[in-house]
Amino acid sequence: MTPLRHTWQVALRYIRALLRQPAWIGISLVQPVIWLLLFGALFKRTADIPGFTSGSYIDFLTPGVVVMLAVSTAGWVGMGFIEDINRGTMDRLLVTPIWRGALNLGSVAQSVLSIVIQSVIVIGLSLAVGAHFHNGVAGVAALVAVAGLLGAVFASLSNGVAVLTRQRETLIGIVTMVTLPLTFLSSALMQQSLLPGWIQEAAKFNPVNWAAEAGRSAAGQNADWGLIASRTGFLAALLLLSAAFATRAFGSYQRSI
Amino acid sequence: MATIAIEASELRKTYKGGVRALNGLSLRVESGTIFGLLGPNGAGKSTAVKILTTLSRADSGEARVVGIDVTREPERVRRSIGVVGQKPGLDAEATGRENLTMQAELYGLSGASRRARVDELLGRLGLTEAADRLAKTYSGGMQRRLDIALGLVHEPQVLFLDEPTTGLDPEARTDLWREIERLAGDEEMTILLTTHYLEEADRLASELVIVDRGRTVAQGSPDELKDELRGDTVQVELAESADGNATAAVARVPGLSELVVDGRLLHTRAANGAAAIPSIITALERSGLAVASATIARPSLDDVYLRHAGRSFQQADTEDDDRTEVAA
Repeated sequence: MTPLRHTWQVALRYIRALLRQPAWIGISLVQPVIWLLLFGALFKRTADIPGFTSGSYIDFLTPGVVVMLAVSTAGWVGMGFIEDINRGTMDRLLVTPIWRGALNLGSVAQSVLSIVIQSVIVIGLSLAVGAHFHNGVAGVAALVAVAGLLGAVFASLSNGVAVLTRQRETLIGIVTMVTLPLTFLSSALMQQSLLPGWIQEAAKFNPVNWAAEAGRSAAGQNADWGLIASRTGFLAALLLLSAAFATRAFGSYQRSI
Repeated sequence: MATIAIEASELRKTYKGGVRALNGLSLRVESGTIFGLLGPNGAGKSTAVKILTTLSRADSGEARVVGIDVTREPERVRRSIGVVGQKPGLDAEATGRENLTMQAELYGLSGASRRARVDELLGRLGLTEAADRLAKTYSGGMQRRLDIALGLVHEPQVLFLDEPTTGLDPEARTDLWREIERLAGDEEMTILLTTHYLEEADRLASELVIVDRGRTVAQGSPDELKDELRGDTVQVELAESADGNATAAVARVPGLSELVVDGRLLHTRAANGAAAIPSIITALERSGLAVASATIARPSLDDVYLRHAGRSFQQADTEDDDRTEVAA
């Protein structure tokens, strides 16, 4: 009970701050909307490549964009922790009997909420430009859920790195260095069977690709629910590890001050 | 016998990079008193508070708060203490009421009792009107009061205040002093307060330790500490700087002790300051040193510090400031 209550209190704090600046959701949508509309138009003829079996490129691209927006939104979550540490808010919370896990999970909950809102907007927009979702509400819900789960993994990693480094510049560097390659070493933008062999190999171990595979399967024809379940399982396991990392980072922070 | 609320012995801590923040700090605080930790910037006061409040850990030494070991059972210590840090701990993007509500929930208060407690604290610290405004719109004094309210939510037995009046204007400072006195008086709370204002320690603390370079250099009540320095402080300002000559000249005057020359300032102690001044001036002028002014004062905490740390408080405050940057 207490862990849940504490997590809710932390989440409420961040969600309230988010709702007080709703413009931020709009700003964070600029990038995915550009991907969706410009990438969608630029690479429209990808669908004509022999062996491309995923329908139109916009059908194919939309789940990829949803996954990419989850990664980029979640990557910056740690900035909030750095701010809290610099201002003294974190130290105040750390001397209360707060359950340590709540600090990360509450912040992750806010990040997942904003990913869900952004995903729904992007999916709505994709429908307007002609994308199809073949498995109805269940498929869309599975896509959004997988994106949220991936976001939770990256938000936890971002929080952990933030607590360990406490430097904005370092966090920006690490987030850029990690998220860009992971995005391109996945099937977010191109069908897996058409990727170069070495990228196909690398993608097997890439959580961004797990989410892209599962999300795309949920949106496409003949959804493979077994695959969706297994990728969801991988992501959930990774979430446990990354959340433990973020929570343990506080121990290291406290020893250093 | 009075119970002991806080007890620390031989605390040591060295930060990464070699800054030694604490070098054997010990203290004992009786329940229900205001205890001052007085020292210049960088003396290790904040580090001591971080260790006693379970935020940080000492490399060695032991500390107990309300009888509980801070290293072994930090969880239990946290329930008994309130902490107001040097940096504001409040969430500037939330209202005063939201700040207090969250803090109360973290200590397990909820529902009607939580609402009543939050209203009571807002009222007591004069924040009722501002309760539903974002904390970032508050003045410095209001933010500090909200920080203190956050530390009081769960009616702690021991309250830690780290440099509570730094950065406040004189009026807000006096208000806060009154509030602190009230907490110790009416609510019988034990308060440990760190400060680098001699005046603040003198007014608030019933007992204090003087900390210098991470060690306790003196402990006692402000009056006891001042009484130890029998006699008056004599301070002579020379027309120009003359370290060695001045020492040699004044050393011949009988009845003086603790002679320190620091640039143009000469400090010394005499059983009767008024009687000593003419001989001091004569001695200086015989050695060709012109006197610009001379003053006599009852001993102050500054003199106590000078006696125990071997340098003036102000000098230490500026000298050690660089260390704080690293240690903070």
